[in-house]
Formats: sequence, structure tokens, C-alpha cells
Amino acid sequence: MQLSINPWVWIGVFFTFSVLSFLYKDNPFYKLAEHVTVGVSIGYGAVIIYSNSFLPRFYDPVFHQGRFELIIPAILGLMMILRIVPKYSWLSRYAICFSVGAGSGMAIPRSMQASVLRQLEATMLDLSFSSGQGINNIIIFVGVLVVLIYFFFSKEHKGVFGGVAKIGIWFLMIGFGATFGYTVMARLSLFIGRVLFILQEFLGIGLAG
Amino acid sequence: MLWKKQIPLAITFIMGLLFGIQYFVPHRISENFFQGYLDWAVVIGIFASVLAYISFYRAHGMRIKKKAPAWPYSLIAIAMSLIMALFGFIQGREEGTVFMNMFTYVLVAIEGTMFSLLAFYIASAAYRAFRARSVQATALLLAAVIVMLGRVPLGESISFWHKIWPSLPTFTGIANWILTVPNMAAKRGMGLGIGLGIMMLSLKIVLGIERSYMGSGD
Amino acid sequence: MIQIDRRIIYLIIALSMVLPFFFQMGLPIPITKEVKDIYDYIETLTPDDVVILSGDFTPSVSPELSPMFEALFRHCLKKNVKVIAMSLFIQGPGLLAPIIQEVATDYQKVNGVDYAFMPWVVGWHIVVINMMEDITRAFPTDYYGTNISELPIFQGIHNYEDYDLVVSFTGSSAYSTWLVYGHEPYGVTLATGVTAVSAADLYPYIQSGQFIGMLGGLKGAAEYETLIDEKRMATMGMEAQNWAHVVIILFIIIGNIGYLAMGKKR
Repeated sequence: MQLSINPWVWIGVFFTFSVLSFLYKDNPFYKLAEHVTVGVSIGYGAVIIYSNSFLPRFYDPVFHQGRFELIIPAILGLMMILRIVPKYSWLSRYAICFSVGAGSGMAIPRSMQASVLRQLEATMLDLSFSSGQGINNIIIFVGVLVVLIYFFFSKEHKGVFGGVAKIGIWFLMIGFGATFGYTVMARLSLFIGRVLFILQEFLGIGLAG
Repeated sequence: MLWKKQIPLAITFIMGLLFGIQYFVPHRISENFFQGYLDWAVVIGIFASVLAYISFYRAHGMRIKKKAPAWPYSLIAIAMSLIMALFGFIQGREEGTVFMNMFTYVLVAIEGTMFSLLAFYIASAAYRAFRARSVQATALLLAAVIVMLGRVPLGESISFWHKIWPSLPTFTGIANWILTVPNMAAKRGMGLGIGLGIMMLSLKIVLGIERSYMGSGD
Repeated sequence: MIQIDRRIIYLIIALSMVLPFFFQMGLPIPITKEVKDIYDYIETLTPDDVVILSGDFTPSVSPELSPMFEALFRHCLKKNVKVIAMSLFIQGPGLLAPIIQEVATDYQKVNGVDYAFMPWVVGWHIVVINMMEDITRAFPTDYYGTNISELPIFQGIHNYEDYDLVVSFTGSSAYSTWLVYGHEPYGVTLATGVTAVSAADLYPYIQSGQFIGMLGGLKGAAEYETLIDEKRMATMGMEAQNWAHVVIILFIIIGNIGYLAMGKKR
């Protein structure tokens, strides 16, 4: 074991334990870490946006390549700032409507294709028992139908319709259970990442892979 | 009303219609129009992001000015943002610079640890809150436990019945079946609903029925 | 129900995730079809082929997704496949840069020749569409500021026709952006690596063939490390996952036993 002599590693460890101290109770160290991270991420974003986006995508094209038409979207973007000025906030709507309208128009055919048509096509499975997948395919086909029936709230869930919707609930419970079971791994992984940082980078413990 | 409401709604409608139709038109004019929009959208995004920075400095500046509770932390937030930006602009962004070290050992450390707190909360919730209150809740918990065991190497090892009857699936196999059959069916049903919902919301926005994105006021 | 102070629960779960690093069981990691399919696909690629690895994540999910990115990057460099690394997230390149430098050094690969690292550019779907139409419109320069027309790797790489595989590593819905704006209109072959939170939601897209495979969570990364015979952070992390999962299951069982016992008492 060999403690790191890199001061940045010590800073990382300090902030790691500052955040972990919240598990005991809220305290000034945690609040400090909270506000430090907000500030650092704002500063980081400013530098990256300026060097990776503003310079190559606006400054160079406009002032070195003569693409003055890009001043129009620049004005539209700046109009969004007027949202915080109550008297002129309505001007921001022009920029927002331009972007939202285009985004919505683009989304309609694309989400129809990716999320609806392709998924419906994939549900049309071979339901015969000739393949080993037969019973699984039937479960999938029935499962998709009953879940869709459950989410159809325009008709009251009574009688046969209500009974079918109840089967949909069972499928949803299994689905949510599977998601929860998988989610546990996700949460644990995040702490494992910090443990590895402390053990390897800070304490210098060589862990066999 | 005309300039504040009708014209913005008309812009939304025209843009939505144009881009909805553009997807199906392979003509060169349609392609050039689409390319032109992509360049404009990047520039709009760059300048619109200025709003985020103005909001940040405004919010924390007000807290300092009014000496709101915990206002010194706002001072720290503003100071850190300026320090980070200064080092980034002056020194650069290569490995080993103050900018990248602050990113790696401050931002990544804090953000990573904040989300790692969830590991503890899920453990606490597992003991205190996850109850089999009904038959369906029991099915949910059972599916969760099987998937949990099926997703770790230990699940394969503790499936003792597989050694006696190899044709029986291990926890890994059962978990895989749960994920690829009933879970998949449920998620597809939900996904179809979500996909249709996205389409409907987009249509409502284009047609001017949904206007919440414009903000309040006349 | 036995009332246990939550801080005791926190201590137990913390120990269950720290101690396994010192007492490793070394259990084999079973491989799932979704991960093997990605591995098999990359195994068929040649040095003329191009793989795009998009690390679309933030530091909050980096412990799960960075090992996946690294494992696939190693595999591609081993196969001498050309790699274009990028991120749709502003913090992504900062997280990917040290991984790329370390792996490239290990395999003695040269930036701009064997692989390229692209900077972050504003806009998700705009970047994806620009990449599909003309990569120079999406990225005029690489991460280090070099004009991409000066990089040898981009000779012959122009648009979607030149990409043999796109893999998006994400903890959010960025995979959906690649699917809707990349795969569906242009037909690029797509795979994904997601956090375990999202993994269960992606099975419909795998069954429909929209994704050729998926790495789910730290386990997915560990499976890939096993396949490429490079056991690193994800494999080590699975040791802790074993015991922590057992602890969580025990908590659920004990909690429910207490709940049922209380119910019977009443």
C-alpha cells in the first residue's frame, strides 16, 4: 500500500468523503461539495462551448468564410435570453417556436418509424409450435396485446375487457420487477467505482484483475 | 396578440409542416433546406446556452446580494466557475492542466459520489419499504430477486439443481427468459404507447393545441 | 419488524462492497447472447472497417459505462479496426480522453491514423444527422484541434455508408437519438451499452433487430472483458456486486418476514 502524493487525488478523496458524509447527516462539507460542483461544471461548460462550438461553428464561418446568414440564427438564439426580461419575454417565443416546430416536425415520421412501426412488425411472430420459440412467441404476442389493452383508459376496465387488462397488470409487474432487479446493480456499481478510486488511486493498493 | 401569439404559432406550424414533409421528399432542394436548418440549429443552440449562464449568475448573485441563508456557498459556486473558466481559457484543456485536473478530481469525484449515495438508499429501501403487500407485489419482488441473482456470477454457482438435472435452467437462464419474454412484452407495450404519445404530442405542438412551451403570459 | 438504524444498514452495505476486493472468489462470468452478438460482429470486421464508439455519458454513470467503452475500444484496436471516438454529452470527451490515451498507448496505436477522437459539438440529433450526411459537417476538427481533412484515418470516410458499426454508451436516452436519427433513416448497424437502469427497457429493440446487441450495466462490461480476455475494472467490480446483491436480497427477505410476522400478530 502506498498513499498517493498527487495533491489532486487528495482533493478528490476529500470531496468524495464530503459527499459521503451526507449519509450521516447534512453538513457544511456536503453543502460545500454541492456548490463547488455546480460552479466547476458551469466553468467547464463555458470553456467547452466557446472552443468546440462557438469558434468553429460561428466565429470562423462568419468572420473568415463570409457566411453572414448565420447571424440570423445567432440573433434568434440571443432572443431566447429575453425570456428572463418580463417586458420582452414574448420575443423569445420566435426562437423557441422555430426550434420546437422543427423538432416536432422531424420527430413525427421518425418516432413513428422507430418506436411504432418497427416494433409492431417485430411483434408479428410465428405463433406455431414448429419452432422451439413457439410458446415464447405466444407469450410475447399476448403480453404486448394485454399491456396495450391495460393502457387503454378510454373504455372502463369491466367485464372481459377488465379481465384482460388484469392480465396486463401481471406482465407489467414482472417487467417492473425485472427493471428493479437490474437497477440494483446500477446503483451498486456507482459506489464500487468510488471504492476503486480510493483503493487504487489514493491508497495505491494493487488489486488483481 | 398578433406578434405575441399568432405569429409564433404560425412559425411553429410552418416549421413543423415543412420538416414533417421534408422526411419524405428526396429532392435536392429538400436536402439543401434540411442541411441549412442543421447549420442554423447549431448556432441557435450555442447562443441559447448563454441563457443558462445568465440564470446561474443571476440566481447566485441575488442570493449574495440579499444575504439569503447559506449565501457564502453561492459565492463559492460563482468563484469556482470563474476559476475553472479562467484556467481553461488561459492554460488550455490538455491532460495535466488545472482545468482537466479540476474536471477529473473535483467534478467527476463529487458527481460520481453523489449518485453513489443511491446504493445506500436502495439498501435501506430494500429493508424498510419493499413489501410483498399483495400477490402482484409478490410477483414483482420474485421477478426482481431472480433477475438480481441471474445478473451476478454467484447466481450461476448457487443453482445447485442444474448440477443434478442439467436440462433445468440456472438463475442466469431463468433471468434471461424473464428479460427476453414477459419483460420484453411489457416494455414493448409501454414503448408503443410512449411512441404514439410522442407522435401525438408533436402533432399537438405543430397544430398549436399544445402551447405550454411558449411560456405564460399573453 | 426489527428496527435497525439506517446508518447500520449503510455500514453493512458499504462493507459488502469494500471487503470483496480483498477476498475475491473469482467466479466465472456467464456470457449472455446480447453481449456475444456484439463481440461476434466486431470479430468479423477487418482493418478497412470503421467503428464509431460514442461515449454519451456523464460522470454520474461513468463507473458502469467507462469499462464498456474501454473493453470495446481495446477489442477494436486489437482487431486493427479503425475507431472514431466521440460523445454527444459535453462532459463525455473529458471522461473518454484518459481511457483513449491509455488504451492507444497499450496497443501502440497512433491518433489520426488508427483512431480519431472527436470533440463535443452542441446538439444531439443535429450531430447524428450531420455525421450520417457528411462527417466534416459534424466535426470540422478533431478533439486536439486538427482539421480532419489532414488526418489519414478520414481518407475514405465520409458518411453513413462508411460506418460499419455505431455503439452508443449511455445512461440516458441517447441510444434513442442514434436509433431514430441514425439507424432508421440511414440503416447504420447499431449496438448499445447502457446502465443497468435502462437495460431491461431495451430488449424490444434487440428482438426487433434495431440493435444487434447490448451491454447492460457493469455485468455487460465484465462479460465483454471476459470475451476479449482482458479482465479489468468491471470484472473486479463484479466481486463486490456478488456480495452486495446477497446482502440486498437478505434485507428484502428479513424485512418481509418481519412484515408478515407483524401482520399475523394483528
